[in-house]
Amino acid sequence: MFPSCADPSTLDGAAWLACYLTNGKHMAFYTSFGTVMLLLAVTAPAALLFGFGGAMAARARLWPVRVIGRTYTAMVRGVPDIIFFLFVPIALDQAFEWLRHQAKCPDWTEPIRQGNDFVVCAQAKLPLSTSPQWVHETYGFFLAVLAFAIVFGAFAANVLFGAMRAVPRAQMETAEAYGMTERQSFWRILVPQMWIYALPGLSNLWMILIKATPLLFLLGVEDIVYWARELGGAKTSIYAYPHPDWRLYYFLGLLVFYLSLTKVSEIVLGRLTVRLSHGQATLGGEALRKADA
Amino acid sequence: MKKLILGTTALALSAGMALAQDVIRMGTEGAYPPYNFINDNGEVDGFERELGDELCKRAELTCTWVTNEWDSIIPNLVSGNYDTIIAGMSITDERDEVIDFTQNYFPPDPSVYVGLSEGIDVENAVVVAQTGTIQASHVASTGATLLEFPTPDETVAAVRNGEADAVLADKGFLEPIVKESGGELVIIGDDVMLGDGIGMGLRESDAELKATFDAAIQSMKDDGSLAILIAKWFDGMDSGF
Repeated sequence: MFPSCADPSTLDGAAWLACYLTNGKHMAFYTSFGTVMLLLAVTAPAALLFGFGGAMAARARLWPVRVIGRTYTAMVRGVPDIIFFLFVPIALDQAFEWLRHQAKCPDWTEPIRQGNDFVVCAQAKLPLSTSPQWVHETYGFFLAVLAFAIVFGAFAANVLFGAMRAVPRAQMETAEAYGMTERQSFWRILVPQMWIYALPGLSNLWMILIKATPLLFLLGVEDIVYWARELGGAKTSIYAYPHPDWRLYYFLGLLVFYLSLTKVSEIVLGRLTVRLSHGQATLGGEALRKADA
Repeated sequence: MKKLILGTTALALSAGMALAQDVIRMGTEGAYPPYNFINDNGEVDGFERELGDELCKRAELTCTWVTNEWDSIIPNLVSGNYDTIIAGMSITDERDEVIDFTQNYFPPDPSVYVGLSEGIDVENAVVVAQTGTIQASHVASTGATLLEFPTPDETVAAVRNGEADAVLADKGFLEPIVKESGGELVIIGDDVMLGDGIGMGLRESDAELKATFDAAIQSMKDDGSLAILIAKWFDGMDSGF
């Protein structure tokens, strides 16, 4: 980074530290904070979408749809996360490659499964082995988002399913009395009102999601915990910046980061609760009404 | 956002199609100096990096480097996420059932026990080793209590903070650590010989690639460049190649 960093072994004190904290590895560490934030920003809405779909399916009138919705939530919630994250991305990846293989290499005669090996033609590889490293990383990230969305979506589906049933029955009856169709009353009465009931459960999920990001490394995405462990580990003089075991300091840094993220989340969720409570037949809504009056 | 990522991926994929030359993806752990590690610029470095690049040059292949956690390094190879494992992996019968190995590019490497004092009876102690290594299987076969960690660095840290009495790992990895510990860590007892040397791991269906790398390793053994490379990274070690 700085020209004075060319030979770290001659430096000491603050100059050494300045060079150390700006070397390529630390830059990757700082970037990984962005990766984690991006993952959260993309996964949260995606999981909510999966959850909403799951909840709608679980209360559908057609029983096959209902069975699919209920099986999805029950199965995913029952499988330990770490097994899920080891299995699903590899399975998804192979499924995608298998589909591409069928489409692109119809003349291929060799079997795809050869013992333990999964072999598809070179054109069906995803990403192609010729593509640059960032494409592989983006693809890994995409698989991670998908896996996270499926897992957290199942939990969100259960939360939303409960929230939909918590909306007072009288509201739905009134909607029917006004002559609304089932679809209208669902979208105009039920959905806007259910969020306040779903919020405590969803905020729990959000907090768990924040802390679940180290699972990313199972998928080959290098996240902040991976880098903290890698950077903090004792380094012999084979590295340009040898140092003893500094994992404690790196993990303290992560602690501060996670606690701040939690604090910010709490503030935002608190505001959201107030906003959603307006005009609701809940204790919070009642308190707001009295305060206004 | 997802659409955007998909879109760019699709674009990059179609752009990549134009290149006929296939790229060999070299999978390594990046946490086992001096075999392989991530240097201060965030790149894969070490003995195996230099060796791998030289092998690719001799075999006229284009290679890129990928890091993967040790735990899932074999599943990701057979699933096709990279094409070789070059990560200080000893050739064992157990692994040979799942993947194929080239001839060894590193002689059967002695393992050593390292602890805080020399008097430890390693047959009746808590011994730490990295998960899924030949050292871990060896400890399990002795009378010692086995403690496992996913990365090599954590195994040494466990000895330093007293969680384990000794660590068992490759001598090439432990020796520089002992040397630089200022007398804190010592080697206990004699060398333990495990495994049949270190080779590159490949998918069993990749016989052609295996033959290519076998030939490249042989040519490096024949002209003595492999012995020089090993001596360079392992403190003048005589590999006998």
